[in-house]
Amino acid sequence: MKNKIDYSSDWNLDPAPESTGHIKLKTKYNLFIGGKWVKPKSGKYFATINPATEHKIADVAEAGQADVDAAVKAAKTAYDTVWSKLSGKERGKYIYRIARLIQEKAREFSVIESLDSGKVIRESRDIDIPLAAAHFFYYAGWADKLEYAFPNRQPKSLGVAAQITPWNFPMLMIAWKIAPALAAGNTVVLKPAETTSLTALKLAEVIQEAGLPDGVVNIVTGYGKTGAMMVEHKDVDKVAFTGSTGVGKIIMKSIAGTNKKSTMELGGKAANIIFEDAPLDQAVEGIINGIYFNQGHVCCAGSRLFVQESVYDVVLRKLKDRMESLYVGDPMDKNTDIGAINSKKQLDVINDYIKIGKAEGADIYQPKCKIPKKGFWCKPTLFTNVAQSNRIAQEEIFGPVLAIQTFRTVDEVITKANNTPYGLSAGVWTDKGSKVFNLTSQLKAGVVWANTYNKFDPTSPFGGYKESGHGREGGLHGLEPYLKFD
Amino acid sequence: MSRIEVLKTYKIYIGGKFPRTESGRYYQPEANGKVLGNICLSSRKDLRNAVVAARSAQGGWVVKSAYNRSQILYRIAEILEGRRTQFIEELIQQGSKKAQAEKEVNLSIDRLIYFAGWCDKYTQIFSSVNPVASSHFNFSVPEPTGVVAILAPEESGLLGLISQIAPTIAGGNTCVVLASENKPLCSVTLAEVLSTSDVPGGVINILTGNRKELILHFATHMDVNALIYCGDNSTEIKSIHEAAVDNLKRVMIRDGGGYVSDKYESPYLIYSLQETKTTWHPIEKIGAAGSVY
Amino acid sequence: MAEKDYRLSPRVDQVGIQDRVDRITKRSVKSEAKRKGLLMTLNMIDLTTLEGADTDFKVKQMCYKAQHLHDSFPGLPTTAAVCVYPNFVKAAVNEVKGSGVKVASVATAFPSGHSSSEIKLLDTKIAVDNGAHEIDMVISRGKFHSGEYNFVHDEIAAIKEACGKARLKVILETGELGTFDKVRRASDIAMDAGADFIKTSTGKISPAATLPVTLVMLEAIKDYYYETGKMIGMKPAGGISNSKLALQYLLMVKETLGGKWLSNEWFRFGASSLANDVLMQIMKQESGNYQSKDYFSKD
Repeated sequence: MKNKIDYSSDWNLDPAPESTGHIKLKTKYNLFIGGKWVKPKSGKYFATINPATEHKIADVAEAGQADVDAAVKAAKTAYDTVWSKLSGKERGKYIYRIARLIQEKAREFSVIESLDSGKVIRESRDIDIPLAAAHFFYYAGWADKLEYAFPNRQPKSLGVAAQITPWNFPMLMIAWKIAPALAAGNTVVLKPAETTSLTALKLAEVIQEAGLPDGVVNIVTGYGKTGAMMVEHKDVDKVAFTGSTGVGKIIMKSIAGTNKKSTMELGGKAANIIFEDAPLDQAVEGIINGIYFNQGHVCCAGSRLFVQESVYDVVLRKLKDRMESLYVGDPMDKNTDIGAINSKKQLDVINDYIKIGKAEGADIYQPKCKIPKKGFWCKPTLFTNVAQSNRIAQEEIFGPVLAIQTFRTVDEVITKANNTPYGLSAGVWTDKGSKVFNLTSQLKAGVVWANTYNKFDPTSPFGGYKESGHGREGGLHGLEPYLKFD
Repeated sequence: MSRIEVLKTYKIYIGGKFPRTESGRYYQPEANGKVLGNICLSSRKDLRNAVVAARSAQGGWVVKSAYNRSQILYRIAEILEGRRTQFIEELIQQGSKKAQAEKEVNLSIDRLIYFAGWCDKYTQIFSSVNPVASSHFNFSVPEPTGVVAILAPEESGLLGLISQIAPTIAGGNTCVVLASENKPLCSVTLAEVLSTSDVPGGVINILTGNRKELILHFATHMDVNALIYCGDNSTEIKSIHEAAVDNLKRVMIRDGGGYVSDKYESPYLIYSLQETKTTWHPIEKIGAAGSVY
Repeated sequence: MAEKDYRLSPRVDQVGIQDRVDRITKRSVKSEAKRKGLLMTLNMIDLTTLEGADTDFKVKQMCYKAQHLHDSFPGLPTTAAVCVYPNFVKAAVNEVKGSGVKVASVATAFPSGHSSSEIKLLDTKIAVDNGAHEIDMVISRGKFHSGEYNFVHDEIAAIKEACGKARLKVILETGELGTFDKVRRASDIAMDAGADFIKTSTGKISPAATLPVTLVMLEAIKDYYYETGKMIGMKPAGGISNSKLALQYLLMVKETLGGKWLSNEWFRFGASSLANDVLMQIMKQESGNYQSKDYFSKD
């Protein structure tokens, strides 16, 4: 390109760190069972670290079998003696309280979230925590209206829900799980991901403060082993999991033949499709939001970009230009766009895929941004010259890595977009309404963002086709997985 | 001398055609001490062919207008009505009493009409426009899961069969059915009804054979999106669940009986084989109150 | 060569534009970056008076302010220019002589643009002859809405010719264009026709400059630069009255067009009250105390 915009400047932003002074964190966290903080019978604890500094933040209990038993028992007792006897209206009021308390402590939650997960403060402050509160607020209102959601069906609660949440949107995913479960009248044993336990434990404090009856929500921390104990527990009636397709399959196998109802929110490899008639500058912003949002740790990330050949050069140019003003670094800085990779383990996975991409002959591009020395970091990355058969175009990377392909016709791009075992989400960019509706009806995906990407709302059902899982979270549709019917 | 009766060759139904099983095998189910016929003992390859047919028919079936699908289901009922006698006779042959057989045929016809009526209505029941906080129009609609495998009820060879097929195809899915092993006659005759009604080939594929032999092949097939199991054998249920994990097919367990009751008349049976798709699109805020232009 | 069909100008999605703007307004400009940004802002202002009640005396006062923003605090820059009606150009040129402050004159039957081509040309010539360094013209919005894009294009080209050495800023009056698609289209026409700057508004129509409209125009400038290698300047005008907003505009320029555009050769604010707010912020940063308007001259 003969003219290149130079994004260097002698006017540069200074650090704008969010203050962490008002945050109340303990140095050691026990398990929250039956409304009380109890020491793990396992006697074990593990450290949770800040992935941006690799410093330890706190010790967190590792729940063993006896602890899981105690938590399920507490949940079952609470279900049998209190929660299932409470009217929907009263249940709703408790959930509203939780929503309000999260709003009141929103800043504290967002700072803790960013410290523990590496997520940038702008996102935890403006997206994760407000949406989590909104989720509780939305489902609170359903608690006494369930019969209107399922006419002629007499919905009933299931009992004890075992819920396992991921590390990419720790607090938000907890809200997606707990809010509908409680609204539908179930009690909960929840395990947050081992690298991001702190907001769950903070939520336990909020739940205590809200006066929720003991045992209605129990928070146990630990690794996958702890999760397996929950899933396999005989007194569990419902399993809800968000995480990888691989682990989802293990869970499905372990509950085979039981009456446990399940919701699986699994992986994805979404196509984000740019037609030549799209509003290109906004499409580029959508690509950025699609893949670099939350360091690409997003199951619905727009990780496969399809650009119509006639605008490929322009889109690529605009994309590279836009990448020049992405700041990578301290998640606590209000100006940071891309924070820390959640864990060393995940960083290794991403780096492996970057190596694979290069080995497969794709061309890599990364902007010239600086990254800190300590902590886990990955520059925003894109690969061009990618083939549909490349692993980087087929497998979920769960990092800020975009694989770009081109297409010529609508037919071709629909075929390629659907050519995956996943089916969680997709993006379409075109100025033509009829094309939007054609694509949205033909793409096999649970969420289609047309001329936008990565938008979430408590009223909007989310969930996948095929190997991206089953069941929906959000909206009226998100109640069904927590109910049974006559 | 009385006329020599022409005996029927029972065939399976794949992609709108009536082949015998590729395996060349057959079995001889009996009722009242009499052999019902030489019924195809379908093989794994027949299943494969049927899934291919169902998959290729799926795209065409789902894009038919809901009104059109509704008329096609209605047409099946019309043709079935015309063959009442034959179905009644077959049911009797398989061991039903006459009154019982008549009732089953009547209910089968009515059930098709019931689901014919839902084709262009269930979407309205299960769709929603979601009031998101941002400036987007957001709506959710049900879409067919795709190819559905049906292990049909063993005891209810016609009504049970139709009660599973009708909501499946009403919702835009295509299906591969394994008919009742011991009461297969009506399923073969139903295939003849289907081929003379307006159902496109491949939308409904009907195999006969041995459930034990085929069940895991149904459950493991990677191009089957959902599976309906009619029955209550807990060992089978567990193995189906386990096998279905490989491609995360949706598994529906439906107990084998009670088809005369109206619990099998519900749009939720259609909904259980649907995926919810949610679409977002920006709403331009120009000229409205609070316009930021 | 086939004539360009401006109806094919790139499409713009309003919600998407707003999303991008939100990313920018959430940036936090602190400490040294803030100080530098505020000084840069002062130096990019076209200090403006465009009132029916303007007099030579009023214009003179403003010209003095442009050169002496707050003399009790030494080291401040001047504004980039003063912006006046054509009949005050002579007085203004006289007042700013030797200071480096430019004189910009509105022209072409400002603000409506409804007059004959002859009068618009004459309007421009008189301003230039009187020494205006810059001409801020308005496009014919009526013709634009009628789809007479060639007319709009040719009119701008004719005015550009009449400008001689004076730089031409083309006011799109975005508040009258109705959609972002049309803002983009008008930007493309103006740049093709020879505009040195494109400018949002006259200040007489609400809404005047907004961040989203400015972003659409900056993106047009970027595409034009890639196409032709020519840098075009940007001037949001009207409605920018506080420092925080001004800094957001600068960030938007930086992230869209890069550091090269961050000078008053390529970016201007058309504003009358912005300067004092910026001065108050600078003094706040110096002294640590929040300021009162009573300590800053209103001219």
